Amino acid sequence: MIAVDNLTKRYAGVTAVDGISFRVGAGEILGFLGPNGAGKTTTMRILTCFMPATSGAASVGGYDVFDQSLQVRRLVGYMPENVPLYTDMRVREYLDYRAKLKEVPRSKRRKAVDDALERCWITDVSTRVIGQLSKGYRQRVGLADTLVHDPKVLILDEPTIGLDPNQVRRVRELIRNLGEDHTVILSTHILPEVEMTCSRVIIIHNGRLVAEGTPGDLAAARDGGSFVRMEVRGPARQIEDTLRKVPGVAKVSCDEAAGSCRLIVTPKEGDPRTELARVVVNSGWDLLEMHQEGASLEDIFVQITTEDRGGKE
Amino acid sequence: MRSVPTLFVREWKSFFFSPTAYIVITVFLALAGYFFFGNLSFSRQATLRPTLDVFAIVLLFVTPIITMRLLAEEARSGTIETLLTAPVRDVEVVLGKFFASLAFLICMLLPTGYYVAVLAKVGSPDYGQIISGYIGLVLVGCVFLSVGLLCSAATKNQIVAAVVAFVALLILWILGALGQLAQQQGLKELLEYIGFFRHFDSFQKGLIDTRDVIYMLSVTTFCLFLTVRVVETRKWR
Repeated sequence: MIAVDNLTKRYAGVTAVDGISFRVGAGEILGFLGPNGAGKTTTMRILTCFMPATSGAASVGGYDVFDQSLQVRRLVGYMPENVPLYTDMRVREYLDYRAKLKEVPRSKRRKAVDDALERCWITDVSTRVIGQLSKGYRQRVGLADTLVHDPKVLILDEPTIGLDPNQVRRVRELIRNLGEDHTVILSTHILPEVEMTCSRVIIIHNGRLVAEGTPGDLAAARDGGSFVRMEVRGPARQIEDTLRKVPGVAKVSCDEAAGSCRLIVTPKEGDPRTELARVVVNSGWDLLEMHQEGASLEDIFVQITTEDRGGKE
Repeated sequence: MRSVPTLFVREWKSFFFSPTAYIVITVFLALAGYFFFGNLSFSRQATLRPTLDVFAIVLLFVTPIITMRLLAEEARSGTIETLLTAPVRDVEVVLGKFFASLAFLICMLLPTGYYVAVLAKVGSPDYGQIISGYIGLVLVGCVFLSVGLLCSAATKNQIVAAVVAFVALLILWILGALGQLAQQQGLKELLEYIGFFRHFDSFQKGLIDTRDVIYMLSVTTFCLFLTVRVVETRKWR
């Protein structure tokens, strides 16, 4: 659905996007991840035909973003960062205007606006002036705007910023639902969001693509993939030494707390939990807690984006 | 060009949402009334000519205020991004905004039609001259608005847009005035041609000369063309 080849964008002296290539298939939800200034917004602006690339090519639905910009724009619903809206219009009036601009035929317009209002649960404010709405509502008006012409492709730049936790949850749910028959690209630096909603993740850093895959793939690809977190009551030093000798254990780090100690055990391979539990119990200590954790996307993100230009796959 | 009416309507409504529109209309009509009254009681002639002359000068001050918001505000608030990523051409955006400001200008001029009724009451005015005078006023208004729109496209700051537009119009006006003073024939011709004053003046004489109409329309078209280009370059920056 979306194809990006070797895309580069230079502003006066600064390279914002540096030779990025990726593909997004129909019905995929792609998470676009990166620290601030990584080039996420620039890439999205190129894909939505707001600005042209310095070199490289990008196409949406088979149309080139530079040469067939109008066709691309018909296919795409775009919500920019900070959700710019006309503060002097009423919500329904604004959506109706946007629907007209986006060529929704007159006979379907009313229904399209109603649907968008309902999907983003803002029907109750449809007659209010946008300038008087709270940030959360504005955010959802922006989202309704991107949906109003039922585009095949949604490009959302940080869609959940400024929403309260309940709204965030509902927006994620909405995006997941939309993902069933739309292609979605969303940028964010809220990592759990990506893990929860996206089927695939791209991490960009300093304008370069540094990692790509499903959240699971990425976790598995990084070293120190998973580890076991334990809490044991007993003599800390002794426990640490004992556990280090358990077969299959590579590393143990211990954090002593009142009366008990928290341990992070990194296995060499496989799952050492049964063995660990047996050793603890046999030594007469109390096993309070034990669970296995995969490296979270957050760990990967931090690892990748703090390495200086390294870690390129 | 299908989106022009949509953009026009939005822009038109938004004019009347801000208090600026009402202030501009009020100030314009107050000045207009004052000059009409002054000219009529002073000259005791049933003509609108001196009044319409003054209108052009008042418009010089007023049109930059009408146009300053049009594109500068879109850029400042970021709505330009949603606007230009919708399936509309840059030309449509510029034309929608231009026609909305033109409609606003005409709407502002309409109440002065009352003066014609006053003239008809106290004497027998030359209607042909009045009509050609108004046509000249609307055409010169097009020039002013297009210059204003161009300035609004070039900046994010409304005040800058208004001031630059005002200065540009003032220069155009002064060039024409300088032409009248110039000794050298060629220079005189050139300056008078560039400045809009002579072109406007012939309408006030009751003369609709195609040369003047073409001057007004071509300056307007040129400025609108440049505006479209400036909107385009905003993407490249």
